[in-house]
Amino acid sequence: MPKDFVVSVASGKGGTGKTTVAVNLAQVVSESGRKVQYLDCDVEEPNGHIFLRPEITAKRQVTLDVPQVDLGKCTACGLCGEICQFGAILCIKENVLVFEELCHSCCGCVRICPESAIIAKSLEIGTIDCGKAGEIDFVSGRLRIGHVRSPALIREVKKHIRQDWLVILDVPPGTSCPVVEAVKDADFVLLVTEPTPFGLHDLKLAVELVRQLNLPFAIAINRDGIGNRDVEKYCRAQTIDIAFRLPDDRRIAEAYSSGQMIVDVLDNYRQNFLSVYNYLERAKARLDEARCNRFRRMNY
Amino acid sequence: MRIAVTSTGKSLDSEIDQRFGRAAFFLFVDAETMEFVAVENENAAGGAAGIGAAKCVIDEGVEAVLTGNCGPNAERTLSATGVKLYTGVTGTVAQAVEMLKSGKLTATGTPNVKAHFGMDN
Repeated sequence: MPKDFVVSVASGKGGTGKTTVAVNLAQVVSESGRKVQYLDCDVEEPNGHIFLRPEITAKRQVTLDVPQVDLGKCTACGLCGEICQFGAILCIKENVLVFEELCHSCCGCVRICPESAIIAKSLEIGTIDCGKAGEIDFVSGRLRIGHVRSPALIREVKKHIRQDWLVILDVPPGTSCPVVEAVKDADFVLLVTEPTPFGLHDLKLAVELVRQLNLPFAIAINRDGIGNRDVEKYCRAQTIDIAFRLPDDRRIAEAYSSGQMIVDVLDNYRQNFLSVYNYLERAKARLDEARCNRFRRMNY
Repeated sequence: MRIAVTSTGKSLDSEIDQRFGRAAFFLFVDAETMEFVAVENENAAGGAAGIGAAKCVIDEGVEAVLTGNCGPNAERTLSATGVKLYTGVTGTVAQAVEMLKSGKLTATGTPNVKAHFGMDN
């Protein structure tokens, strides 16, 4: 797979096996000699490190700008409150109130204040760990407890994306802003589900999301064999590829429960993960070709 | 004394809306004459509802707010301007104003619910 390729591993439902798929895929691809990067964007509960056991070589704090008002200079003109679209700063009577958790750090209030009474103050929202797990480049974001700005932190994690590498992004569950941030720039999305009514229900929401974002995607079925066949029927009806199946196997659960990677302890599943890699390679080739054709048509 | 009461409807007989930020209406009542105006709460949808609602009632120049539940951001905004806040109020708007006049209500200095309370209620 030449040049960079960013794959986001997402799901609607939590606990379907995003991290399991992401770390094992990273491991087999790395062992095949390809440069791989693993980015944990599940910043509210990052746990890829439990399996990959990276050596952390760099740690940095992520801060955002929030307004700080000097009431001595403030004339209570109210312009700051008028420009803020999030109700994060409010001029009321002689008071200016700042609600840091609502601030989106646009600094509009700082710029518009005619008295220069507002300065940008740093608010720490989380940390980013960087390191190596064998040959895998490892990056993981961790949101500070009580903070809500996960998309901003995910954006910072994504700034570590390396060119010319296969990048595997571990996405938070759900379909809201943090998920959108973690999938929107991906070349391909792998949606992990389990073949149960719960899995299917949330899978449909995730499919709706990636379709709205116009992203190419395929399904990975984890714990294949449990539940029913409705996920498969849905995929067939919607002509969605099933790129990968991981059977329901007690030994996988045992490896998981002791923090071990499947491909490290169960050699027979190595092929399953390599086949996902092959699938992704073919998907990339198709996408590249489609892009070339578009380009040719444009220049015809 | 001008009072803001969160209301589910536009009359004095309407039930009190138990949410402050996402109340359907505010009734601005003159406690002495019981004259009132009903205003639709434009902040009921979207973010920062409590702060927007607080700003709205402060701009109307009220001295007190009667409601069911009020979260931390709205409480902070109201208290910054010295507006008295009464939470846990039930019944109709008229009954609530009568209770306030007869001294049966006690102002609170703290929010009684967490942020985002009204989004699920």
